[in-house]
Amino acid sequence: MPDGAMPVLDVRGLKTVFRTRGGEIHAVNSVSFSLRAGELLGVVGESGSGKSVTMMSLIGLLPSPPAEVRAGQVMLGGRDLLHIPPHELQDVRGAKVGFVFQDPMTSLNPVFTVGSQIMEPLMRHMGLTRAQAADRAAELLALVGIPDAKKRLKSYPHQFSGGMRQRVMIAIALACDPDVLIADEPTTALDVTIQAQIIELVKDLRQKLGMAIIWITHDLGVIAGIADRVMVMYGGQVVEQAPVAELFANPRHPYTRALLKTIPSLTGERGARLQTIEGQPPIMMGEPVACPFRARCAHRFDRCDAENPARRPVDGAPVGQGHDVACHWNPEGA
Amino acid sequence: MLDDAPQPLVQVRDLKMHFPIYAGLLRRRTGAVKAVDGVSFDIMAGETLGLVGESGCGKSTVGRALLRLYAPTAGTVVIDGEDVATLSPEALRKKRPTMQMVFQDPQASLNPRMTLAAIIGEPLDEHTGWNAEKKLARVYELMDQVGLNRAFAGRYPHEFSGGQRQRIGIARALALNPKFIVCDEPIAALDVSIQAQVVNLLEDLQERLGLTYLFISHDLSMVRHIADRVAVMYLGQIAELSPRDALYARPLHPYAQALLSAVPEADPAREATRRRIILQGDVPSPANPPLGCNFCTRCPKVFDRCRVEEPKLTEVEPGRFVACHLVTDNMTGGHRPAGAEAPEHKQQGEVT
Ligand SMILES: Nc1ncnc2c1ncn2[C@@H]1O[C@H](COP(=O)(O)OP(=O)(O)OP(=O)(O)O)[C@@H](O)[C@H]1O
Ligand SMILES: Nc1ncnc2c1ncn2[C@@H]1O[C@H](COP(=O)(O)OP(=O)(O)O)[C@@H](O)[C@H]1O
Ligand code: SF4
Ligand code: SF4
Ligand SMILES: [Mg+2]
Ligand SMILES: [Mg+2]
Repeated sequence: MPDGAMPVLDVRGLKTVFRTRGGEIHAVNSVSFSLRAGELLGVVGESGSGKSVTMMSLIGLLPSPPAEVRAGQVMLGGRDLLHIPPHELQDVRGAKVGFVFQDPMTSLNPVFTVGSQIMEPLMRHMGLTRAQAADRAAELLALVGIPDAKKRLKSYPHQFSGGMRQRVMIAIALACDPDVLIADEPTTALDVTIQAQIIELVKDLRQKLGMAIIWITHDLGVIAGIADRVMVMYGGQVVEQAPVAELFANPRHPYTRALLKTIPSLTGERGARLQTIEGQPPIMMGEPVACPFRARCAHRFDRCDAENPARRPVDGAPVGQGHDVACHWNPEGA
Repeated sequence: MLDDAPQPLVQVRDLKMHFPIYAGLLRRRTGAVKAVDGVSFDIMAGETLGLVGESGCGKSTVGRALLRLYAPTAGTVVIDGEDVATLSPEALRKKRPTMQMVFQDPQASLNPRMTLAAIIGEPLDEHTGWNAEKKLARVYELMDQVGLNRAFAGRYPHEFSGGQRQRIGIARALALNPKFIVCDEPIAALDVSIQAQVVNLLEDLQERLGLTYLFISHDLSMVRHIADRVAVMYLGQIAELSPRDALYARPLHPYAQALLSAVPEADPAREATRRRIILQGDVPSPANPPLGCNFCTRCPKVFDRCRVEEPKLTEVEPGRFVACHLVTDNMTGGHRPAGAEAPEHKQQGEVT
């Protein structure tokens, strides 16, 4: 991991709320993280913890209303994406940041050929001619491992399998050689053997192209295999962040600890009973004034109800650069 | 029965479920999706049989055909002494209470306009002549069993979380004291933190009520936790059927090997050094399965015979059944054909 390198993406104090009839949902609450060149940041957390909304907020993909990005700074290439004109933001989305979503079928347009969908950003953002774009599109399809690439440009999305469609999505995301690739549960809808193909592909592309990647998943196994650093989210907040080996070896947040214990393993000791995290995720109504995990936490004490814990360093390194946790409890002191 | 040796509660023999394909203006029958194509297995009383495999390989279809939610194309399904596949409608109605299903999507399987008590009590309306009081008592008892607060009885499904809705589905399945339950991906729609709660509940109920499960899942780690034996399906057929520990320690069928090697593990050190078998290509269509072994288009160990002769599911070690020429040849001392070695293992995962 390139330590100390300048971050390509730097997010500070991001806050996003949804205004609903029932009140304000605080979906993302003061989220900060940065991404260095060539680094793969894994983001884990249960459904509704704010992973997707965080990433969509960065590049203005949320519908407003009901969404409102209320505070924060998103620095990419020297500019704050939260404060640039919409047309510039569109360029950033096409050329600087690539996106891959969970369900490739909903993000591909069924009425256009796969080729034209890869060529579109190339012509729009890179100024390539039609012929140049077609050549480049074939190259990209080959790069993501689709055999017979030139011929397959003329296929429609429904003629591809789920795994192939996800490869096409990756090809589109990579078309303009982005600095950052954001992959939101890119393999969740796929079978494990196809997931293994896609993970292999991304590892390979990363070596070749050296871009920085944010990989969102709820699967700790996937994270263990690909991430350099891991950010754990709960209730709209970052509750822990650490280098991958450190997070698995020395989890500090009660949620991370419990999560690691609930998943049965494929090898090793088979426990008689699974550990559980009792209770339900928080509803996230209103400004958080206490720890979001407190209703389910085994280590909760008075302070947890009175004060939402800030992130603090675990290993001495500044918050965001080493291992940090947002929790009042101190396992050593306890 | 006098001896304590477990007896099969469920005996499936050569089960086939083909769905016709119609095409053209006249909707002529042009072929069939062979969703399940000759599947045989037993499930012992009180046992959990795991059923795993990739999407579309026929797991749900097996589960549904077992409960006669589909009329099987061929084969027998003997549950507790009766062939469910051929029961008359009236006999089937009587049989229904003993065999139940828990579905993947608790949301879709619960009527949004019925209260929780009405949902759980519905099977009692259909199959018992009990009065309201007796039914409510049973509903409360079931709610206790699955860990739902009795105060929730008058609420509607949308007021519950995914995990709670799955408890409702389980309570409903238990209403008529079934012996056999098909759990079709009962935790797939739930968050990791909630999955463990539901699996623990299923295990507790099995122990208390002596239930027999067919547990369908694509989560191989969870299947290792819950199942006693595991059947690995590929393209409508069973590739391997083995006791849990034997399968996870040493899968014999090349597909079972690839499948297990593809499962990511929550252990960075292991992940960095694991050898992964990356299968090339996609699963063929069940409307047009390959000749010979149905795995031959993707098998890293394929050899000539695989493309012409279909391997039969054979007991290759006590209790282990495998459908692969390579494995059966080894067992019978037959020599390995040339080209059968050199598995295309791919080294994966440098330390990052
Ligand atoms: N009613 C039906 N009519 C036609 N084809 C069907 C029908 N039901 C299932 N199939 C086909 O049969 C095959 C097996 O389907 P099945 O639902 O059993 O798969 P599965 O193993 O449960 O998959 P998943 O893991 O996605 O749930 C698939 O090819 C499917 O498209
Ligand atoms: N369009 C919307 N309107 C209201 N609330 C929303 C909307 N989209 C997301 N949310 C809420 O924001 C929170 C975070 O959601 P999300 O980022 O999608 O979670 P995940 O971590 O699963 O990706 C959840 O509470 C979700 O219900
Ligand atoms: S702050 Fe308190 S309630 Fe929150 S995770 Fe830490 S110990 Fe638990
Ligand atoms: S029979 Fe041949 S193709 Fe089929 S699994 Fe065995 S080696 Fe592979
Ligand atoms: Mg999401
Ligand atoms: Mg299914």
